[in-house]
Amino acid sequence: MNGVRAWLRGLVRRQYFWGIVAILLLLGLNLIKDPTYLAIRTNPATGNLAGNLLDILRASAPILMISIGMALVIATGGIDLSVGSLMAVAGAVCMEFLNPITDASSVGAMFAAVGLALLLAGVLGAVNGVLVTVVGLQPFISTLVMMLAGRGVAKVITSGQNTTAVNEPFRWIANGYLVRFPVVFLIAVAVVVLVALVVRRSALGLMIEAIGINRAASRMSGIKPRGIIISVYVMSGMLAGIAGIFAVSSVMTVDVSRTGYQLELDAILAVVIGGTSLAGGKFSFGGTVVGSLLIATLDKTVVFLGVSAAATPAFKAAVIIVLCLLQSDVRALIRRHLPGAARRGPAGGGPASAAGRDREVPANQEGPANQEVTATRQREVTV
Amino acid sequence: MSTLSTEPAARPAWLDRLGHAWRTRRAALPTLAAVIIFIGMVIYGEAVYGRILQYNTISNLFVNNAHLIIIAVGMTFVILMGGIDLSVGAVIAFSSVAGVMLVNAGWNPWLVMVLMVAMGGGFGALSGVLIQYSRVQPFIATLATMFLARGLASMLSTVPERLPEDSPVRLVHYNIKLIDGPRVNDLIVTPGVIIAALVVAGAVFTLHRTQFGRTIYAIGGSEQSAQLMGLRVARTKAWAYVISGSLAGLAAVVYTSRLGAAQNITGIGWELDAIAATVIGGTLLTGGAGYVLGSVVGALVLGLMTVLITRDGSIPPEATTIITGGILLVFVLLQRAVVGRKRA
Repeated sequence: MNGVRAWLRGLVRRQYFWGIVAILLLLGLNLIKDPTYLAIRTNPATGNLAGNLLDILRASAPILMISIGMALVIATGGIDLSVGSLMAVAGAVCMEFLNPITDASSVGAMFAAVGLALLLAGVLGAVNGVLVTVVGLQPFISTLVMMLAGRGVAKVITSGQNTTAVNEPFRWIANGYLVRFPVVFLIAVAVVVLVALVVRRSALGLMIEAIGINRAASRMSGIKPRGIIISVYVMSGMLAGIAGIFAVSSVMTVDVSRTGYQLELDAILAVVIGGTSLAGGKFSFGGTVVGSLLIATLDKTVVFLGVSAAATPAFKAAVIIVLCLLQSDVRALIRRHLPGAARRGPAGGGPASAAGRDREVPANQEGPANQEVTATRQREVTV
Repeated sequence: MSTLSTEPAARPAWLDRLGHAWRTRRAALPTLAAVIIFIGMVIYGEAVYGRILQYNTISNLFVNNAHLIIIAVGMTFVILMGGIDLSVGAVIAFSSVAGVMLVNAGWNPWLVMVLMVAMGGGFGALSGVLIQYSRVQPFIATLATMFLARGLASMLSTVPERLPEDSPVRLVHYNIKLIDGPRVNDLIVTPGVIIAALVVAGAVFTLHRTQFGRTIYAIGGSEQSAQLMGLRVARTKAWAYVISGSLAGLAAVVYTSRLGAAQNITGIGWELDAIAATVIGGTLLTGGAGYVLGSVVGALVLGLMTVLITRDGSIPPEATTIITGGILLVFVLLQRAVVGRKRA
């Protein structure tokens, strides 16, 4: 009994607790409108699972990919605004490559297309990383440039057309089933687990967080920030590439101006809902997964409730505002009542009056921009 | 100051002042560079395509970019503090859709125009309160406002809402001929351009001659220091977002009157244009340094670029965003070089 209570208390203290609550609330809302909403059916013809929950899981796959990458980038104190555009680039590469291939069942062509798309997305991610580290630009601006340029690159690849293609193995990625589950969700889970293992079971995660807390200090303790930051941006680019493949595979068309449009905002939102601080220095995979699932649930719920899909942003805004307020208030409460549990958080916690006393690292409070200044100054002091 | 230095006249006393400015105000260099590049673009355009330095092209440059100048001014306030406002494009969409619908519903058009500005201010106040009193990061708070405004605009209407032909709102786009040139080559201004000019003048005065403006620069330099100096940091930060929001509302009035219609997808990506104009104009994204007039030049650079691309015709339209990105990159690299050297 005590164990359960302690577990519950730990859960409430998790930053993504309110994200889970929000998902349950949304599902409950759908349940009121349609009592069979949560039912999972088995398709009698194929034995595959079907139902609204599976639709949500399927829709969450691309968001999961980009938000995992975004969480890593944000942990280094950066931000990646280019993921949506890189999705379009990856999609454009796939469709443009598969379009002239007449053999609609060629598995080799599918792998070649996927490989090419990931390669180009990775290269563009590397450009982001080089701009941030070697050139020393702010991540916001570097990836903003890539966001504008990436959309242009996608349009140049397809000459401005919305290219379509026919390839069964490629279509299977987003529409097929494996052991009765949608392939796209299984791939997404596999990728998330793989990234989580690589990052959390090696020193990489620690190094990423160290860079996010203080880049100069991390370098002095023997970490090479440059290589790690570049590889994090490459990872984010390639994950965006996977998301782009998911997005075009479901409809076998790339819409160069709409594919992945503004999804970088959804990814940032998912990461923030998961409790990752935009100031960098820490990240939570569990929270990011919860955030991505919440976004997917919200998207599906708005459509299910019959509200115009164009109005979805208003609901997202409500979620952000409520969650930000809850997170900051809850943390302020915890801080007041459990002094030992005080942690550095994105929202700083607490009302303005208490902020002055509570801040451990004041310069980090205002987000990546100010931190960049601090880092720059520190860098120059050390030179 | 930076615009003065482009005058051909070279008086010794004036040169001294320039030399002094050069030594003390290197942060103004990116702004100066923006002015030089703008002049370079004008000369290049005149030499290669012609018909740039004539009345109607110049008039159109200002008339078509009045709204961008207005939101770039608002963005300058926010970025000078080290903040960011992603909501301006969406606020314009909400403000203009709501405004046109109110006019069509029979409300007094003059009152509606005031209301449109007030609606913008309301969204700005929401961002400001979230940022200052709930300690949400500016990026996230204005992202929320952006989603909210865009979503509400879409709830109001998803089709273009037209203004009546005789609506007084259209008067903001009334062409006033200053110089009647041959054929269509007239120098014209619209009340929209005059509003933009007044906004710029007001912003320059506020930022450089009032306590509020100096506090904004101080916050951008170091918020902790500003706080310790006893400046009204919280109030100033919240008000800067209200200003940015209100100016977005004003831009909605100017843009709607020019177009005569409003839609929920109006202004998608304009926040990026405004940020680009501000950055090109030499304002540091980290805050603390920059000029409103620089942002105006930045907005004109973006506007002139569109004109040049249209005149050229050989540049594929799909490459336009690559060029915008490239120009932004060049300017930021320039800033980086200049400011980096100053600090070293």
